[in-house]
Amino acid sequence: MEATEIKYQKYLAKDYKSENAVRWCPGCGDYAILTCLHKALAELNVDPHNTAVISGIGCSSRLPYYMNTYGFHSIHGRAAAIATGVKVANPALSVWVATGDGDSLAIGGNHFIHAVRRNVDINIILFNNKIYGLTKGQYSPTSSRGFVSKSSPYGTVEDPFRPAELTFGARGTFFARAIDVDMKTQVEVMVEAARHKGASVVEVLQNCVIFNDGIHNKISDRTWKADNTITLRQGEKMLFGKENEKGLVLEGWNLKAVTIGEEGYSLDDVLVHDATTKDNTLHMKLALMDIADDLPVALGVIRSVDTPSYDSDYERQIAEVQQRTPKKSFTEFLLSSSNVWEVK
Amino acid sequence: MPTNAVVTDIKQVTIRFSGDSGDGMQLSGTLFSTLSAIFGNEIATFPDFPAEIRAPQGSLHGVSGFQVRIGAKDVYNSGDKTDVLVAMNPAALKVNASYLKKGSIVLFDTDSFQKKDLDKALFQTQDPFEELNLDHIQPVGVAITSMTKSSLEGSGLENKEMLRCKNMFALGIVCWLFNRPLEIADKLLEQKFAKRPKIVIANIKALTDGYNYGNNIHLTASTYRIEPVEATKGFYTDVNGNTATAYGLIAAAEKAGLQLFLGSYPITPATDILQELAKRKDFGVKALQMEDEIAGITSSIGAAFAGCLAATSTSGPGLALKSEALGLAVMTELPLVVIDVQRSGPSTGMPTKSEQTDLNQALYGRNGESPLVVMAAASPTDCFESAFTAAKIALEHMTPVILLSDGYIANGSSAWKIPELEDYPEINPPYVQNHFNAEAGEWKPYLRNDDTLVRYWGIPGTPNYMHRIGGLEKDLVTGVISSNPENHQRMINIRQQKIDNIARFIPEQQVLGDPDADTLIVGWGGTQGHLMETLLRLRDNGKKVAYTHFRHISPLPANSHELLQRYSKVIVAEQNNGQFADYLNGKYPDLNSICKYNKVEGQPFKVSEMVEAFTQMMEGK
Repeated sequence: MEATEIKYQKYLAKDYKSENAVRWCPGCGDYAILTCLHKALAELNVDPHNTAVISGIGCSSRLPYYMNTYGFHSIHGRAAAIATGVKVANPALSVWVATGDGDSLAIGGNHFIHAVRRNVDINIILFNNKIYGLTKGQYSPTSSRGFVSKSSPYGTVEDPFRPAELTFGARGTFFARAIDVDMKTQVEVMVEAARHKGASVVEVLQNCVIFNDGIHNKISDRTWKADNTITLRQGEKMLFGKENEKGLVLEGWNLKAVTIGEEGYSLDDVLVHDATTKDNTLHMKLALMDIADDLPVALGVIRSVDTPSYDSDYERQIAEVQQRTPKKSFTEFLLSSSNVWEVK
Repeated sequence: MPTNAVVTDIKQVTIRFSGDSGDGMQLSGTLFSTLSAIFGNEIATFPDFPAEIRAPQGSLHGVSGFQVRIGAKDVYNSGDKTDVLVAMNPAALKVNASYLKKGSIVLFDTDSFQKKDLDKALFQTQDPFEELNLDHIQPVGVAITSMTKSSLEGSGLENKEMLRCKNMFALGIVCWLFNRPLEIADKLLEQKFAKRPKIVIANIKALTDGYNYGNNIHLTASTYRIEPVEATKGFYTDVNGNTATAYGLIAAAEKAGLQLFLGSYPITPATDILQELAKRKDFGVKALQMEDEIAGITSSIGAAFAGCLAATSTSGPGLALKSEALGLAVMTELPLVVIDVQRSGPSTGMPTKSEQTDLNQALYGRNGESPLVVMAAASPTDCFESAFTAAKIALEHMTPVILLSDGYIANGSSAWKIPELEDYPEINPPYVQNHFNAEAGEWKPYLRNDDTLVRYWGIPGTPNYMHRIGGLEKDLVTGVISSNPENHQRMINIRQQKIDNIARFIPEQQVLGDPDADTLIVGWGGTQGHLMETLLRLRDNGKKVAYTHFRHISPLPANSHELLQRYSKVIVAEQNNGQFADYLNGKYPDLNSICKYNKVEGQPFKVSEMVEAFTQMMEGK
């Protein structure tokens, strides 16, 4: 179907690219994310002047400078709150947040969970490289327990946040995951995130070539990717492996990775992905799958539920109030309030 | 009214309604002040309540008060001491004892002056008046509780609901004492409890019975009359500072043709601004209760970027949390109004008490050289003018403006002539598409108007003006991030000069009192009412003295230096340890005439104390 669809492409990916020289380290995963965002916006074909990209502080947050859209490089952790103001002020804008694991899950944790809970129609691209890059190599809130870094020379003694778990805990309605090197999936999930009405979180597993090189190798490297990841698609069987020979089944309350035709499992036993169920129990299980538990890491759109967004409900409320209150000038309003008297 | 009643004409009176937090004293006080304003008197009010919502009944720290001063004219503040105290329990008497004038009337509820009540207020004896050495006052005991109950027998109200009406019985007595027409109070009660007719009937009954009781038994030897004043013709309402601030922002948004956005977080004593604006969806106002103070200001910065008149409201501790984001607004040169309703600090301090201790924070509380506009509102009604002006400056000069209010003017109210918006100046923000005189392609976000140094506002959604701003230093021409040393110095200078230029757009500082006096009294912010009366009293005492009150603090009005130089003695009176005095000394190091009058008790200034202190200063003691 899609192949035959003819549409008018007003904008190309290059139209979203600014003239500023990109200044990330050579080999940084951020380049791929930037390119994917240009492509996703071209696919969406939204006007550059109706697009606003907001960021906080960190390597990832330099992204707005490289976009030929309206852009705001703000202060550490606050992008989600600024984006909330932008979107509520003008709901017609396509609003994106570029943020990192430190920016949005440590210093900006409060804004992140509340933007997700309010379901403001913004698209949060969360660059997760599990390290503080711009300050040169301290552990982050997504670094694994025991992680050795400049600020944890003996290994950390704390457990990390898992972004999906935090998103679902904040009652998130959209969560997707992609790997920086997998540009096809990345563009797909960014487009889906934009189409979803409400707060969308896209976690991109991103490689920091200088301070945390190879942190996602077990998932991103071609050698292991097919067996260690599964790309979920709405309405499709949860299959993975080089030949799609493996699948996910439910055993009791838990997910299990099986090989079709072995141990008595057939294709019929394999689960079908439904990102739209209100109940997030299975989405949570899918999103938290880990190769340490012999389960593939889930990619693609894991959850996408339609509920009214904060900004659209806010507009609706204003329209309702204005409809039932006759339009008054400011002076007329004051004159009609209680406790008014006239001195003649 | 019996014909033999003795009525004494008086010019002014100060009444304090005082009782437990749950006794409805704020309502009695508000009704009394509003009906007096409608009757034609000048009013000034001072709600003085504890931070605790419902402290243990009868305890000293649970006492809630509402002071109202009414008069034929010259009511500039809520009064130092009271002529009438309504004390619903012994704790209220004890807390207010030192504020009673000689000969003042203390109306107290005998039902709640029993042994157990006296114990709760930590009295040692059975005679609280003697214990407090109150031999100079007239105690008037009335069994308010039991009479309210018998008044409402058969009303169908629960016992608890009946007891809640005792504030109206007390108010009825006060209305009798000051010859207030009850019809106005009845109307106000009907409005207040419009949805609960039973409560309206009960309240009016208790009020009327209280009035009749006073009248029938001649509770005091005389009642009092305060003649209505001849005010300027027009429509009036009464307004407190927080509501007036909210209205000022709405008016500015209407005038500028912009949507008003407020990002805020509840904090005493600023919350009313958020609540008032949340109601105003009829004006399309977007008032967001955010997750914290930082989100309050940052969501507003986002809305300013997106083209709203954006504001955030807070108090001192909240302003501290907002300081990093304020720096961002300075750096990105976006219009933003920040309202700080000051309260006692440091830290949590005394949340419901007022002072002027945030001036230094407003001027200097950020990293880097980050100049912005600081203003201060002088009275409840001036909050309207100041908020309007703050918004106009923010929008036309692309800068954050901090408007300092304080708990005293925020909660206090006075009569307000309803403004006509045509009388207010236009607001013209520097939209890039209208004001930049070249092709869109040549525009860069930090290019400026040569004269004012204001940058242009390019709002998302406008074709051809896509751009990026942020907290990093930018090249003054290209707007691209830059750490060039000379460029940084120039940008530092430009940001300062842009704020200094605003002095050309604000009115010159005016002086009241004797133009040829040697002494000038200087004030700023919410102390205006007290300083105004101090000026009048000093002049009544034969002193030659002048007075000036600053609304604009950064930048100062252009004639400030010349004006201050004219006096050999400049008394700067403020509710802090001398922050404005030090600021003036720093700006004008050649002045050696500044004397400081500072008091930081969390209570309004006392006119009598200032008259004495200023007299001594003027006599060089």
